[in-house]
Amino acid sequence: MCLAIPAQVVSIGDFRMAEVDIHGVTRTVSLDLVPEADKGSWVLVHAGFAIQVVDEEFANETWELLNQIQWDDSDGTLTSDAAALEA
Amino acid sequence: MRSDRVLLAHGSGGTMMRELIEDIFVARFGDEALLRMDDAAALDVPPGRIALTTDTYVVTPRFFPGGDIGHLAVAGTVNDVSTAGATPLFLTVGFILEEGLPIEELRRILDSMANVAEEAGVRIVTGDTKVVERGHGDGIYINTAGVGVIRDGLDLSGSHCKPGDVVLLSGTLGDHGIAVMSTREGLNFGTDVVSDAAPLNHLVGAVLDAAPDARCFRDPTRGGLSSCLNELASASAVSITVEEDAVPVREQVRGACEMLGYDVFQVANEGKMVAVVPAEQADAALAAMRGSKYGEDAAIIGTVAEGPAGRVYVHTTFGARRIMDMLVGEQLPRIC
Amino acid sequence: MKDVQSAWRDPELAKRLLDLIAKAADRPMKLMEVCGTHTVAIARFGLRDVMPANVTLLSGPGCPVCVTANRDIDLAIEIGRVPGVVLTTFGDMMKVPGSYSSLSREKADGRDVRIVYSPLDAVRMAQEEPDKQVVFLGVGFETTVPTIAATIKAAGARGVKNFSVLSVHKTVPLALEALVNDPEVAIDGFILPGHVSTIIGPEPYEFIASRYHVPGVATGFEPIDVLQGVYMLAKQIHDGRAEIEIAYRRGINEHGNPTARALIEEVFEPCDSEWRGIGVIPGTGLKIRERFSAFDAALRFDVTPPEPKAIPGCQCGDVLRGVVLPFQCRLFGKGCTPEHPIGPCMVSSEGSCAAYYRYTDYGRA
Repeated sequence: MCLAIPAQVVSIGDFRMAEVDIHGVTRTVSLDLVPEADKGSWVLVHAGFAIQVVDEEFANETWELLNQIQWDDSDGTLTSDAAALEA
Repeated sequence: MRSDRVLLAHGSGGTMMRELIEDIFVARFGDEALLRMDDAAALDVPPGRIALTTDTYVVTPRFFPGGDIGHLAVAGTVNDVSTAGATPLFLTVGFILEEGLPIEELRRILDSMANVAEEAGVRIVTGDTKVVERGHGDGIYINTAGVGVIRDGLDLSGSHCKPGDVVLLSGTLGDHGIAVMSTREGLNFGTDVVSDAAPLNHLVGAVLDAAPDARCFRDPTRGGLSSCLNELASASAVSITVEEDAVPVREQVRGACEMLGYDVFQVANEGKMVAVVPAEQADAALAAMRGSKYGEDAAIIGTVAEGPAGRVYVHTTFGARRIMDMLVGEQLPRIC
Repeated sequence: MKDVQSAWRDPELAKRLLDLIAKAADRPMKLMEVCGTHTVAIARFGLRDVMPANVTLLSGPGCPVCVTANRDIDLAIEIGRVPGVVLTTFGDMMKVPGSYSSLSREKADGRDVRIVYSPLDAVRMAQEEPDKQVVFLGVGFETTVPTIAATIKAAGARGVKNFSVLSVHKTVPLALEALVNDPEVAIDGFILPGHVSTIIGPEPYEFIASRYHVPGVATGFEPIDVLQGVYMLAKQIHDGRAEIEIAYRRGINEHGNPTARALIEEVFEPCDSEWRGIGVIPGTGLKIRERFSAFDAALRFDVTPPEPKAIPGCQCGDVLRGVVLPFQCRLFGKGCTPEHPIGPCMVSSEGSCAAYYRYTDYGRA
């Protein structure tokens, strides 16, 4: 029950209805559920509403960290960089 | 033509019907056979085997970004005839008009039809009109038949694909379906994706010149690429594998599909051609497509293999393999 | 934003994660993906086939369409038959069979049934057609519930009187408890639904870990997300831990979405709910609160649907609980196919059976 896709807020109109852009397709969605969203914010869109603000930097960072996870064979633990990922 | 709307009387066979036909249809199509106003067109047909097709167009809305039902009707018929390796020559057009249809809209649709026919080099030689009561007929339905002469010695068929053959696609997927979807009530989203409706007879001709041993052509209309490939795989009792990364899809179409939960392989196209050719002629076929109008984004998208018969696989971006399943019923927008 | 295609579907990173999973999964483990969207993602990307042998992925009851009981669909249909009613729904529900009919069948028979992408579209229809009664069929988990809550409030604010919601929503955490307590089901860890967790955060699942010692990882829907989630679960099991962790950091915060949670709380209250194939799970339903009862379709329409009846031969219940894999159902592929579906698991676009049938070779001749 979970199709929600990232979109960027292009402009905000009355009643917190916003134009968002998904790969060049624009749509009007409600920002009622994300009072903190602003022009330029990345949000997850589901059923005509933005349901969460996505932290873009965070997303990129997480991906970098994922690429660094190592398995330490001696005791089956992670290296400390990757442990930060799970914190 | 005095009325600004189609009336029941226009379909009744009397003077008003004659007025409609002369002032609107014949005036726009202007073909010498039509001008004779006979019940049947008498035509000179070049020698050879004939390809004959029929189709009916019921799309709503009748006007959508990039085209209208008229574009579809002529392009679709021309394309079907072309898939037989035939040069399309003559079209018939039958109209079912709803009482109340604005004449202005009818003129626009006929304009579209005439323009596409001209581009394709086909003649609209005979037609029929009926008018149905308001509340029936969705504005306008168009039925066509198309006739062409098959190139000498050619025997194209969906049952001729062989292991080792290469599958080509003439351009980006999903444009028409998404363009039409963008106008549907309750699914309003702004996009500059436009329908790809276009006549592809010249493109098919170019590919046949470059790859004379081509097995078959198909246009991936309703049901999209998926229906098309599944039908070919079944008819030829082979399997087909598509490289997901090789399939051209516009960013916006991808975005719209993600948003609606659609599978782009199942979205309709009205100006695209799938061709299956022997491997050694693939590069030539691709070059021919890319050199044709409407084929700039053509790509090699897959290969044919032994079996299991009737299976179509997708080799995913991610590196795994899954089945490309045929559409069952209609695609409905999902939030799940 | 890192391009989804390249980053979260990166085959190299996927291989690394699969290696890590293989190392962590040093004993057989059964992990249940609760969310139907996960089932589809796993099938679509072929992840089940590339999992190390020790890891079995089971599909659970996370398809709200599949678990909506016949009784509720029958009620919606009965309301839809009241003259002047426009029944609006998400596309997902159209083809799902009730006891005697389906929404799509009703539409074919001439009832005014319309698909909307957003519940706000239904309110707009109500405003544009004041002589109609617009009813929205509210199916879904916590991802969707706040959108309906916001819609009900918006309808109130706009003074729309001809709009109501039939709430058959369900909530996830207590349903997981029912699964853990079910003797036929044996789960070592839960792959928790990504976007439900976007709304509720990890906290409502904590009791599964603390009381039952079953770990859970909330993850997203791209292949890398799923693999990361499986890896973190395998690691927990390997370490003997049972915690609720978040893998989908870009979509889930520690506290979920507090605005959304508050809206749910304001408009709805928990009640019991019947899950197809499982039965009533107390506290997993959501009822519109009295304050907003003017928007409750169950109160507005006085209809009596016929007695619900089960679908003969259908094993959807077993599939939904993970007791049986789709291709193990006696009807899968024989008698029950997407063309001629018998149960909701095959009808629903994210039903387990549909996912298996559409994307894998299982069950095909």
